[in-house]
Amino acid sequence: MKKATFRIWRGDARGGDFVDYTTEVSEGMVVLDAVHQIQAEQATDLACRWNCKAGKCGSCSAEVNGMPRLMCMTRLNTLPLENPVTIEPMKAFPIIKDLITDVSWNYEVKKRIKKFKPRPPDAPDGTWRMAQEDIDRVQEFRKCIECYLCQDVCHVLREHNLHAEFIGPRFLVYAAALEMHPLDTEDRLKELKDAQGIGYCNITKCCTKVCPESITITDNAIIPLKERVVGEFYDPLTRLFRIFRPRASSEQQ
Amino acid sequence: MAEYLTFEHDVLVIGAGGAGLRAAIEASAADVRVGLICKSLLGKAHTVMAEGGIAAAMGNVDERDNWRVHFADTMRGGQYVNNWRMAELHAKEAPDRVHELEAWGAVFDRTKDGRILQRNFGGHKYPRLAHVGDRTGLEMIRTLQDHGVHRGIDVYMECTVVTLLKDGDRVVGAMAYDRERGRFQVFKAKAIVMATGGVGRAFKITSNSWEYTGDGHSLAYHAGAELIDMEFVQFHPTGMVWPPSVRGILVTEGVRGEGGVLLNLEGRRFMFDDIPENYRSQTADNEEEGWRYTQGDKNARRPPDLLTRDHVARCIVREIKEGRGSPHGGVFLDISWIKKRLPNAAEHIKKKLPSMYHQFKQLADIDITEQPMEVGPTTHYMMGGIRVDSDTQMSTVEGLFACGECAAGINGANRLGGNSLSDLLVFGKRAGEFAAKFASENSPGQASPDQIDEAARRALEPFERSSDARGEGPYQIQHDLQEMMQDLVGIVRREDEMLRALEGIEKLWERSRRVSVTGNREYNPGWHTALDLTNLLTVAEAITLSALERKESRGAQYRDDYPAKDEEFGRFNIAVKKSDDGRMQLRREAIPEMPAELKQVIEEMK
Repeated sequence: MKKATFRIWRGDARGGDFVDYTTEVSEGMVVLDAVHQIQAEQATDLACRWNCKAGKCGSCSAEVNGMPRLMCMTRLNTLPLENPVTIEPMKAFPIIKDLITDVSWNYEVKKRIKKFKPRPPDAPDGTWRMAQEDIDRVQEFRKCIECYLCQDVCHVLREHNLHAEFIGPRFLVYAAALEMHPLDTEDRLKELKDAQGIGYCNITKCCTKVCPESITITDNAIIPLKERVVGEFYDPLTRLFRIFRPRASSEQQ
Repeated sequence: MAEYLTFEHDVLVIGAGGAGLRAAIEASAADVRVGLICKSLLGKAHTVMAEGGIAAAMGNVDERDNWRVHFADTMRGGQYVNNWRMAELHAKEAPDRVHELEAWGAVFDRTKDGRILQRNFGGHKYPRLAHVGDRTGLEMIRTLQDHGVHRGIDVYMECTVVTLLKDGDRVVGAMAYDRERGRFQVFKAKAIVMATGGVGRAFKITSNSWEYTGDGHSLAYHAGAELIDMEFVQFHPTGMVWPPSVRGILVTEGVRGEGGVLLNLEGRRFMFDDIPENYRSQTADNEEEGWRYTQGDKNARRPPDLLTRDHVARCIVREIKEGRGSPHGGVFLDISWIKKRLPNAAEHIKKKLPSMYHQFKQLADIDITEQPMEVGPTTHYMMGGIRVDSDTQMSTVEGLFACGECAAGINGANRLGGNSLSDLLVFGKRAGEFAAKFASENSPGQASPDQIDEAARRALEPFERSSDARGEGPYQIQHDLQEMMQDLVGIVRREDEMLRALEGIEKLWERSRRVSVTGNREYNPGWHTALDLTNLLTVAEAITLSALERKESRGAQYRDDYPAKDEEFGRFNIAVKKSDDGRMQLRREAIPEMPAELKQVIEEMK
């Protein structure tokens, strides 16, 4: 049977290095299979996250030959096996051990985004009516499996470490899904502009490129959100208009 | 006692899939302190894998549907050994639970008039499954997660419970360790809700993730709780079979709901060859009628491809055994054929079954809009589990509640597709509600320090053996168990094989007592696998003993040596419990008489 070498980063927060493991590969194998095989046969304490092994849970994110990927959906026959396959943890988050990073920041960010607030039900039985075409876009965003590969590849987080000022593509998509939800009545534009740093995104579309769910993050979520923010806070006509007629929502407050 | 990091809650929920999250949300509504333990990261639990939908008789697509039909379908599917009260509550409450999700932000596919769309599924008389394409589970867990994080619930991620703590007969806490550092943690709680999911990793071919090692079943059992129906393991008829590395990954029943058909090597629709008597009147007897059913014709009957999972799985095994299987040991599942019937069929398939399209394209180089898939049975779901009170979800141990897959009763001998997501919601809510009530009515208990020290000592033993030459790594033991259960206690069972399995389990118990691991305690998967062995072996033993005791074929249990259904065995469930001497004890629990009102519902729906 054919063999291949996997150059896997081993270590923890204090430091580490790549270690080569050679193992047998068979038809249809994905990178995660190779990692598991190495774990079972050569390195029982090699740490990696995984759950579904079918691209649905977003746990096994890593960088394979330098590209942010889900290990469970990266087939070995798409990689040049004559060279060692490098597997390393995501770079935008602190290391815990081996391929595991501390992604808790993402959970904190999500908590800060105002939750869904529906309008009163449309029907006496407490249910709502929505047309399929009005939710297609929101459903696209809700395909997100929270693998955080988009966060990993985003230079604002990865290179500039602006985690305190910028929520990253994942949470712009999340905010967009709420803002474009036909039933939602909340307004999140001010936070997006001020605390959540939507202006930092300069539309390089790296996030869209790595999304395993093929969500058109930049074009469908971030750009329309940016437009809403601009319309709300920077459009001179809107501002003039607001002087004479304050928004209904600010009246309520 | 050594010093341990200690947390205190009124209600502690163990497991953060759909059931655990729903329970935690409900408990938090009662204004008690709630803790939620996740074995993985929040939002990654196995619920994300659920594809087809949530069964709830809302009647949005077919107004003839109501709770009575859903109840009768569930009982028929479970071959009448279900807990009828749970089946009743489930059918009645599921619609409200689905509407609640919508109020929390879920975005289901819509009907033309803007209501929640419902799809056909195996064993359901009418289109009943609320869904989002074929990623309903993701929608559900994300909705619950995003709603739950605003409810003041303390979440402990990547935390594994190793034992439950007791004060006399009552459960008063849990001992766990955090994966990142490997530190022990003591959780004190007035009530505990077990929501740990299933046991699929006890078998070799499974659609389940690594987490599904029967933790809740085993923790509850060792704390003195009764388990029932453990012989009923659902083998889903359609898992992927090729390439080998993806063997077992689920192919949703939704494929057949949308018009996909099962074919053998000769291209024959073999499901028409064997339609069970109790389903004959509601099953199509020709291909044309079956197709019309999938396209929403209310006068057409369901195609046999959508018979219950136990039956379809056995028909597939028969085709393979008799030499009519596909090249890689499965049968064909073809949805591409619908292009003969529908314009834009390829687009339609991609829209309705996007995950399936991607799964096959990426993992098997197969375009399902052009080619048939190869599929075969895969271990999917555990009908058996912790025996609970139908209304409160409390187990036979005081203070210990259970919901979702690790609890038993609603599904009987076979679960209908779509009933698990609704089960998680209906009984997750009930478990949370009654656990909070129990916590409010009871003062905290006290676990003895000895129990805690002993649990820590036992958990660390594998490290101490690492220098011992006789020690053995955990992976090989786990692998041997999976292989053996697959071969000897799988879809087709026989007494002599299962007796061999019992001997094998005994030997594996011995090996597990010598298991050793290397490395340190920080994020060590080898150590985790070593600790899982106790859970896996406990459920494997319970499955095998219960399956031996049920000397008949019913639902998911098929006995080659007792191929017929036996009315006598329809009168009771099989329960297992840990006896005082530590051995597993079997008991027959009589099924109580069904009230006349429910009997009548079943009669009417026949």
